Parts: sequence; structure tokens; C-alpha cells
Amino acid sequence: MSTLVIAEHDEQRVRASTRSAITAAAVSGDAIDVLVAGENISAVAEQIARLKGVRRVRVADDAAYARPLAENLAPLITGIAGEYQAIVSAATSFGKNLLPRVAALLDTDMVSEVTAIIDSTTFVRPIYAGHLNATVRNTAPLKIFTVRATAFEPAIEDEATAVIEPLAAGETSSLARWVSSEIQKSERPELSTARVVISGGRSLGSAEKFQQLLAPLANRLNAAIGATRAAVDAGIAPNEYQVGQTGTVVAPDLYIAVGVSGATQHIAGIKDSRVIVAINHDPDAQIFQWADYGLVADLFESVTELEKSLTH
Amino acid sequence: MKVVVSIKRVVDHNIRVRPKADGSDVDTANLKMSINPFDEHAVEEAVRLKEAGVVSEVVAVTIGHAQHQDVLRHALAMGADRAILIDGDADLSSRATAKVLLAIAQREQPDLFLLGKQAIDADAAETGQMLAALWNVGQGTFASRIVINGGKALVTREVDGGQETVELALPAVVTADLRLNEPRYLKLPNLMQAKKKPLETLSLAELGVDTSSHLQLVKVEEPPARAPGIKVASVQELVEKLRHDARISL
Ligand SMILES: Cc1cc2nc3c(=O)[nH]c(=O)nc-3n(C[C@H](O)[C@H](O)[C@H](O)COP(=O)(O)OP(=O)(O)OC[C@H]3O[C@@H](n4cnc5c(N)ncnc54)[C@H](O)[C@@H]3O)c2cc1C
Repeated sequence: MSTLVIAEHDEQRVRASTRSAITAAAVSGDAIDVLVAGENISAVAEQIARLKGVRRVRVADDAAYARPLAENLAPLITGIAGEYQAIVSAATSFGKNLLPRVAALLDTDMVSEVTAIIDSTTFVRPIYAGHLNATVRNTAPLKIFTVRATAFEPAIEDEATAVIEPLAAGETSSLARWVSSEIQKSERPELSTARVVISGGRSLGSAEKFQQLLAPLANRLNAAIGATRAAVDAGIAPNEYQVGQTGTVVAPDLYIAVGVSGATQHIAGIKDSRVIVAINHDPDAQIFQWADYGLVADLFESVTELEKSLTH
Repeated sequence: MKVVVSIKRVVDHNIRVRPKADGSDVDTANLKMSINPFDEHAVEEAVRLKEAGVVSEVVAVTIGHAQHQDVLRHALAMGADRAILIDGDADLSSRATAKVLLAIAQREQPDLFLLGKQAIDADAAETGQMLAALWNVGQGTFASRIVINGGKALVTREVDGGQETVELALPAVVTADLRLNEPRYLKLPNLMQAKKKPLETLSLAELGVDTSSHLQLVKVEEPPARAPGIKVASVQELVEKLRHDARISL
């Protein structure tokens, strides 16, 4: 039997989190098919075909999939689910929206946000904002799960090229219609997969100060910029910057927390980072319990000094 | 128009939980319990729709036992009109929960079914989408804005990298994100009034739903602790440590 990975893309490129899902799917040792749905997506299909471990790319190229509506994608997936023993995607907003709908249509329980795969039926996932890990056994004949991208290395390209096959579009639904998207295009690396992330808290004061202070350092380190929920709620940082239990989970080589108190819900999104640096003027701030290197200092001065000392 | 909001009673978000001594489950004995924060936003939205004259009735529902009535009273105090306690084990899988909620949807025939986008205990974020699938309706997950107009719901969703707006035919399922609204604070008179509002109890058995699950909890444990860190005295020392001890190329 084989595993089906559901790909996510922006019409040009497959997302790095999908490559992590392919790595997770490869743990079982079974053959891997990747489903890519969208419109004019041959370039994406070709990229996926070059990834290590992929046997076949199934391409549903149809106007119905121009926008990734779960109402349309779910029937496409359930139509071919019988050929697989597992269906996997990354636990991104795309995968979290889609796979539970698929699972329910197939009357199957699923396991979300898997961080480790013990064997073909046993999975580890964080619960309670990552304070605890639950090991779960899934006895369903068809295993449906999403994986946390930061827990699996993205699949890389290799010599072999997978076959690319078209897949006929399934029934489309009138239940939902896409209206508009506002996706911020940024020159910076994607938050969830960046090697360096610099996050600011609400103490940065304003959107202008937030950018003025963090952007030069982020440019210098080729880092993604993140924020606390308090900063986002205060309008200091855009929504998509939010890191934590209810934002993006990151696990970079280096995480720099600037004026972040270290609330449980924020820590949930950063605690698997390799090195955590915290700059906070309160020596008792909770963030220091998680930081490898803590600097008790005023953030406005320190960040500028840090940026300068790296430039010289 | 009628809205049903489902809510879950969870360990309060300020409380740190631990595994049971034998690692068989989470130790929730004697911990402070609250309404799941995301569900509170869902209730708030339903009540605001009512206050705006869009909705005529708000029904709150939870699965659990007598002690779970407190979260229903909370929803009633916020402004829900009546509540349903489905008497049964609260610890169901997302799929089983969705099946129970489907039975409620079929019984109540709401135009809109609101839930929180995830419960802060299991953090699964599955139930709303599963309910939408079983009910064969559209889903607006991770919602930060809901506009009801001409028999449709315009839902703005928080997605990776930004926002997306979808239009859903009604009935529909919408799951609330934290930025959907700011839940109101409850005052004593609200709580007093809530005591007089109707709260009906249905037994899970009565609903005739199969709540079996494919999932078995094997164990619960704390993740490995991070090695303790150090404080550095200056930016210069920080840069040196990062370069030499942490071997980060800066
Ligand atoms: C259900 C739920 C989900 C949540 N999800 C998330 C989430 O996903 N992500 C998230 O981040 N939060 C989340 N939160 C919110 C979280 O609990 C905290 O409120 C939030 O993380 C705090 O943000 P903050 O650190 O910016 O602000 P604060 O807690 O106010 O901390 C500000 C810090 O800045 C320091 N500071 C101030 N001025 C200076 C200065 N000049 N120099 C140096 N340091 C300074 C202070 O000492 C303080 O430690 C969630 C909450 C709930 C209830």
C-alpha cells in the first residue's frame, strides 16, 4: 500500500512544509504519491516530482481548484482515498482546514500536528500548548494525519524523477465561494521555516518602532520577523507575524525574543528552537527560563547595538 | 435566524498541567476549569449578531456532566437564550464530538453553527471542519470576521501569510479565532439572569450517536526540558557566545 501527501503551493512553488510532510510520510517506508490541485500548476508538479521519495505526482489541474477550498478539495481526496493506507499533509492553515473534512467524510478519526512517528500506528503530538506530549495509537485502517513542519526536515531533490499523472476533477460544491485574499508578499524567509527568527512584543510601542528596530537586524541575519499576540492585538505587528500556540510554530537555529514576557502560549511556538536569545529589562521575566542566552537590558538600545556589532 | 454555539469546558489557560503519576493521562483533578477561550469568542459573536438584530435566538451546547453546567451558565450570562447539556463523557474524539453536534444541528436546524477554532487542551482544531463535512455545509475556519448578508455568510479567515475571505451558503459552520472580537466581562446581574434561563439536559444515549473512536491514548509525558541557559552581561558577550559556544554563523 502507499501514502498520499496533499501538497500546498502558491502556483509557482511547493511550500517547504509540504516537503516536510513528504519526509514524515517516508517514515512508514511505503510508496509516496503526492496530490497537487490547482490551476496551471505544471511547474509545481515538476518540482514535486524531483523530491526524494516521491513515486508519483497526481495533478488535478482545474479552475475549480484555483483556490484551495476544502469544500471542493475534500471530495477529490475521498475519491482516491481507497488506494491508500495513509493520507498526510502539513499542519498549516491549509492542512488543518482540509484534512478534518476529509477524515469526517471517510468516517475516520485523525491525528493532528504530529511531531514524531513511532511506528505506522503510533504518533506523538503536543497537547496543552506543548506543555505535554501525548502518544496516541490510531487503529483506523486508513491513517489520516497532519504533521508539524518544524519536526521533520524538508525532503530534498534527488536524481530520480517521479511520474506525473493527471487526475480528473471531482464534483465541485456550491457551499463555499472564494471572495478575496490578502497574502503579504515578503522578501524575507517564510516564518515557519526560517533559520533565524526575531520576534518583538508589545513593548516595542508602535508599528513604526517595531519595523525600525527589528528590520535592520532581520535584514542583517536574513531572518523572518515574528511577534507576540499582544503585539498583534495592539496593531504593532500584522496578524501573520504571530508566533505561538495560536500562531505559527517555529523552530529556527536562532530565535531572538525582544521585549517578550514569555507567556506559555508564546513559548509553545518557540521551545523547539535550537538557540533562544531573550532581551528583556525585567530580570524575572519568564522568557529567561527558556532562553539559552538572556540579556537583561533595555531593548531599544540593545537591538541597535546588536545590529551594529554584527555589521562591523 | 438561529445560531447554535458549542463550547467546551477546559483547564483554565493560566494553569500549568502535569501528567498523572502513571503517565496514563493528563492530571486534571482539582484544577480550575473555564470555558475554552476560543469558544468564548464564538459565544460573543453569536450574541453580537443577536444584538445587531441579525439573529433571533442563540443556543449554547456542551457535552459533559452536571459540573459542566457552569460553562453553559457562562454563555447564558453572556447573552445566549438557552442551553443544552448533552449528558455524557466529555472526553470524546473530535469525530465523535462532531457526530453529537450533528445530531444537535439536525434537531435545532440553526442557520449558523459556531465553535472555537480549537480547544486549548487537545489543541486539535478538527471538530468544526468535521461537523461541516457530516452536515454537508460550508466551513469558515479560523474566522476573524463574520458578516451575514442575503442568506450568506462572508467569513474572513486567518491563514498563513495573511487573510482570506470566503462566502458560505447558509447553514454553515464557522470556527472562531481570537481576533474575531473581544468577549465581554460578566457582571453579577448577568449571572443572576442566567440562572433563570432554560437549561435542558439530553442524554447522549437519547441522541443515539455512535461515539466510538479509532484513537487510544498510550501515554502522556512532559517533553524533554531545555538545558538551563545563562545571562550575558553585554551585547558583545552575547555575540561572542552565539559565535563560539552556540556555533551560529552571524
Ligand atoms: C487562548 C490564548 C492563546 C494565546 N496565543 C498566543 C500566541 O499564539 N502567541 C502569543 O505570543 N501569545 C498568545 N497569547 C497571549 C499570551 O498569553 C501573552 O499575553 C502574550 O504572549 C504577551 O505578549 P508580550 O510578551 O508582547 O507582552 P507582555 O506580556 O506585556 O510583555 C512585555 C515584556 O516586555 C518587557 N519590556 C517592556 N519594555 C521593555 C524595554 N524597554 N526593554 C526590554 N524589555 C521591555 C517587559 O519586561 C515584559 O516582559 C494567548 C493567550 C490566550 C489566552
